[in-house]
Amino acid sequence: MRIECPYCGPRGAEEFVYTQDAERARPTDGGASPTEDWAAYVYLRDNLPGARREYWYHQGGCRAWLKVTRDVSTHEILKVELP
Amino acid sequence: MRYSALTVLTQALKGHTGWMPAWRKASPAPAYDVIIIGGGGTGLATAYYLAKNFAVGRVAVLEKSWVGSGNIGRNTTIVRSNYLLPENVAFYELSLKLWEGLERDLNYNAMVSQRGVFNIYHSDAQRDAYARRGNAMRLHGVDAALLDREQLRREIPFLDYETARFPVLGALVQRRGGTVRHDAVAWGYARAADRLGVDIIENCEVTGFMFENGAVCGVETTRGTMKAGKVALCVAGASSVLAAKAGLRLPIETHVMQAFVTEGLKPLIDNVITFGAGHFYISQSDKGGLVFGGDIDGYNSYAQRGNLPVVEDVCEGGMALMPMIGRLRLLRSWGGVMDMSMDGSPIIDATPVGRLFLNAGWCYGGFKAVPGAGFCCAHLLATGAPHEAAAGYRLGRFAEGRVIDEKGVGAQPNLH
Repeated sequence: MRIECPYCGPRGAEEFVYTQDAERARPTDGGASPTEDWAAYVYLRDNLPGARREYWYHQGGCRAWLKVTRDVSTHEILKVELP
Repeated sequence: MRYSALTVLTQALKGHTGWMPAWRKASPAPAYDVIIIGGGGTGLATAYYLAKNFAVGRVAVLEKSWVGSGNIGRNTTIVRSNYLLPENVAFYELSLKLWEGLERDLNYNAMVSQRGVFNIYHSDAQRDAYARRGNAMRLHGVDAALLDREQLRREIPFLDYETARFPVLGALVQRRGGTVRHDAVAWGYARAADRLGVDIIENCEVTGFMFENGAVCGVETTRGTMKAGKVALCVAGASSVLAAKAGLRLPIETHVMQAFVTEGLKPLIDNVITFGAGHFYISQSDKGGLVFGGDIDGYNSYAQRGNLPVVEDVCEGGMALMPMIGRLRLLRSWGGVMDMSMDGSPIIDATPVGRLFLNAGWCYGGFKAVPGAGFCCAHLLATGAPHEAAAGYRLGRFAEGRVIDEKGVGAQPNLH
């Protein structure tokens, strides 16, 4: 896999750290008490094949956080944006 | 046909013309009492123990491809029960005990080899952690021994003991651990389940579920629809995809993990050895190839292949531990996709959807769990209650805060 960093150009996957799905929405209630929404946010995942948007961190480069659209069935990088 | 030395001899005299297929090519029936989705190790073991230990009526295993085409044929074949947390020790020890009697039970040579699993430690802190793990195992009646450097050197002389970066200080050893011929496990369970009347239906992909009053009452497949009293998902790697068809979201992410085999060698490594300063584990197959692996790639993936950074990382781990393998050539490498659960431990439980059961979340340790996973899932399907050895593996444990997190890294599956 090669990710086209907007600042550094195309770089190998070993420079990046995958963190998480970029579409997960944090509950807005502040988290003072445990709720079903929070349990779902922390533990449940859609986890389906195909394209998804995810956060990658360019740890071995410019240290930017990137929003990468990637097809998890083929590893094809479809789009790289700044978050 | 029962396999024995006499059968082999008789067949040899007859020119090997009398061997029968190990299991029938079953055609789908319109209805079953239990349908198990997934003809891998876990699904076949579930079917076998269900048919053997319980009277539940007609059982079918549906496999979208052929038997053993998933992770049961793509792993590094290690079996062990060297866990720390009580829920895991009890379950994996049950599984290891089933491995010990497996071949006699199935009448199938699965080449179970209890050659010992050595976890090498490289620092004082790691020795303390391994001592604690060994003590936890012994408290649960599992064998474990802590070896110091000289004891280890007598048994495994070829490690790089003198390196300054990752000095080898000793090992935690479980001598009852070892390896099993992985394909033979799938074939052995398939044959044994078939002999007990289970229909194993290959090339039959489940495309959806049928519902009745909010509960599952059957499955839609590429070979027609089938009614079912109960349905069990045993499809590690694809659990979320099938669960989504029943409207469920699971605490699971699918990740890819790679494994490697070198060219064949004369006997060289007669144990399973793991590197404690990185992630690398190795054994030698009976064909002579060194079989080894390391970490998962670290990002979600449904592609059954990984990327080069992890290949490099695994090989570096191997070189740090045993530089003698540096001139070997890799014959093959491959990737398998697996259910990484949110705490690194599996799930064997009923789901909120009626009559739908889940056997999933095996992370990268599902092979050693195959007999236990099948045994406990069969118990759950037949009695409706979890088996005591799998009582912690509930789907609701995440929301309740009762996670079973061996590594203590939280809901971040790429770190487990």
